[in-house]
Amino acid sequence: MANLPAGSVLVIGIGNAYRSDDAVGLVVVRRLKEQTQGSVQILEHGGEGADLMESWRDARAVILVDAAHSGARPGTIHRIDCRHQPLPHSMFGDSTHAFGVAEAVELSRVLGRLPPRLVMFGIEGESYKLGTELSPAVRLAMSQVVDTVLEEINK
Amino acid sequence: MKAKSIKVDYLARVEGEGGLYVKVKGRQVVDVKLKIFEPPRFFEAFLRGRSFREAPDITARICGICPIAYQMSAAHAMENAFGVKVEGPLRALRRLIYCGEWIESHALHVYMLHAPDFLGYEDAIQMAKDHGDVVQQGLSLKKTGNELVTLVGGREIHPINVRVGGFYKVPSKGDLAPIAEKLKRARDAALETVRWTSKLPFPEFERDYMFVALRHPDEYPFNEGRIVSNKGLDIAIQDYERHFAEEHVQYSHALHSIVRGEGPYFVGPMARYSLNFDRLSPLAQEAAREAGLGPVCRNPFQSIVVRSVETLYACDEALRIIEEYAMPEAPAVEVQPRAGNGFGCTEAPRGALYHRYRLDDHGIILDAKIVPPTSQNQKTIEQDLWEFVPKHFDLPSDKLRWQCEQAIRNYDPCISCSTHFLKLKIERE
Repeated sequence: MANLPAGSVLVIGIGNAYRSDDAVGLVVVRRLKEQTQGSVQILEHGGEGADLMESWRDARAVILVDAAHSGARPGTIHRIDCRHQPLPHSMFGDSTHAFGVAEAVELSRVLGRLPPRLVMFGIEGESYKLGTELSPAVRLAMSQVVDTVLEEINK
Repeated sequence: MKAKSIKVDYLARVEGEGGLYVKVKGRQVVDVKLKIFEPPRFFEAFLRGRSFREAPDITARICGICPIAYQMSAAHAMENAFGVKVEGPLRALRRLIYCGEWIESHALHVYMLHAPDFLGYEDAIQMAKDHGDVVQQGLSLKKTGNELVTLVGGREIHPINVRVGGFYKVPSKGDLAPIAEKLKRARDAALETVRWTSKLPFPEFERDYMFVALRHPDEYPFNEGRIVSNKGLDIAIQDYERHFAEEHVQYSHALHSIVRGEGPYFVGPMARYSLNFDRLSPLAQEAAREAGLGPVCRNPFQSIVVRSVETLYACDEALRIIEEYAMPEAPAVEVQPRAGNGFGCTEAPRGALYHRYRLDDHGIILDAKIVPPTSQNQKTIEQDLWEFVPKHFDLPSDKLRWQCEQAIRNYDPCISCSTHFLKLKIERE
């Protein structure tokens, strides 16, 4: 995102609004947008990797929120500090993109283009079938997810 | 007889995910099954009962990989149903935004998804460790395509400015000036890309495909034309379903497309190129010849060169459109719904994308049919593997598996509109 005010945090919600729990990243950042009232940069994104790299190009601090698929209980919140550990494709490979968020983070690392601070919150999803509703377990976890991301923003 | 099996659980670098199963007995291929789990009929049902106005956006959002193609096929189908024709600068803007989508989609596939196969890297990330400049070039070319789409199409998550009848807002000539400078640089980069890809090592493999693509009297096809083949087919878009059929196959929920009475066919860059070489710009034709491509290309591994030539053409064509552009008075043509059927077929980056809608007199969708390019290519991909595997029996299993994956990636298969999970399994008995 160009022209970011110095020190501000960019929060990117990643997902597909028509793929059930894949939409969780989008739903979270919409809630955050209401609660932060312009103090934080919010971006909704479809998850295409090359474009993601472009969107955080000039950002100092970036928080990603996406659906995750690791076998954990639906609604589980995974926090990954991307500066210090790789983002596994197996966990975030449920995107419809062959070059998705995990590839964007790892390619940025190789090219020396990782933002100074980059944290991923993965929300364990249950269903990725065609549909516009979150599954109950993910919906239940929503408030906690929003609070957790808010804490991260204020760190 | 000793049986041999190769199993791949995940087919990487394919947009979306799906599955492939190959079974080999001795020195014979006995089974090839390409499996795609969710056919588009799920989102066809999703469209039922909605307004014609929603179709371009909904189909674009569900797919997500090539939103412009979905918007264009949907918009053309609706306009066809209502007897509306979009012409002049609005028509030119549609070609322009399509140029942007081809540039971004082709650049991604050529550099990030396909090139690692030829250079022996597991993926673009590994490739970037040794060829950072190549990857940067691909990213920057793709970025120009994205910017063009955003400029004409607007963008939240997906372009939101396209509508039935035209656009919500149109750019002025001045708005397009900055992107023209970037497109000139992209055109140079695309020319380099053609040269670079032409030197990659290509397996010797050619088949006498039935190529199917749009053909227009004086343009390389994006939005309009007749559906033609190199085997004598030449039909109007509304006759598509009379000549093409979708067959259910037991092992896959997906439908396999065939030309009725003929069999499998091939859509996408190589088909478009081979049926429309004479419609490419002089620059693109010259670059193709210089790269060693004839006016027809039958080696699917060389599709990476063809995609590069189309990227070059898209940059060239976008610059021509911008130069001749004059801002239209209205951003869209008035559309009055009426009951009937509408047909649309446009050239998505991956090939012909067919939409058909049945509408009531308020423009409510009663019925929808969408045939994406990947589902049309499925049977041809399987046939490639039937022929490719026996020629490479002597390769170690992991190498053979890799080359099978590469043979699938030749088609840049996009399964995202149909599924989320792709598994690849090759079994040698």
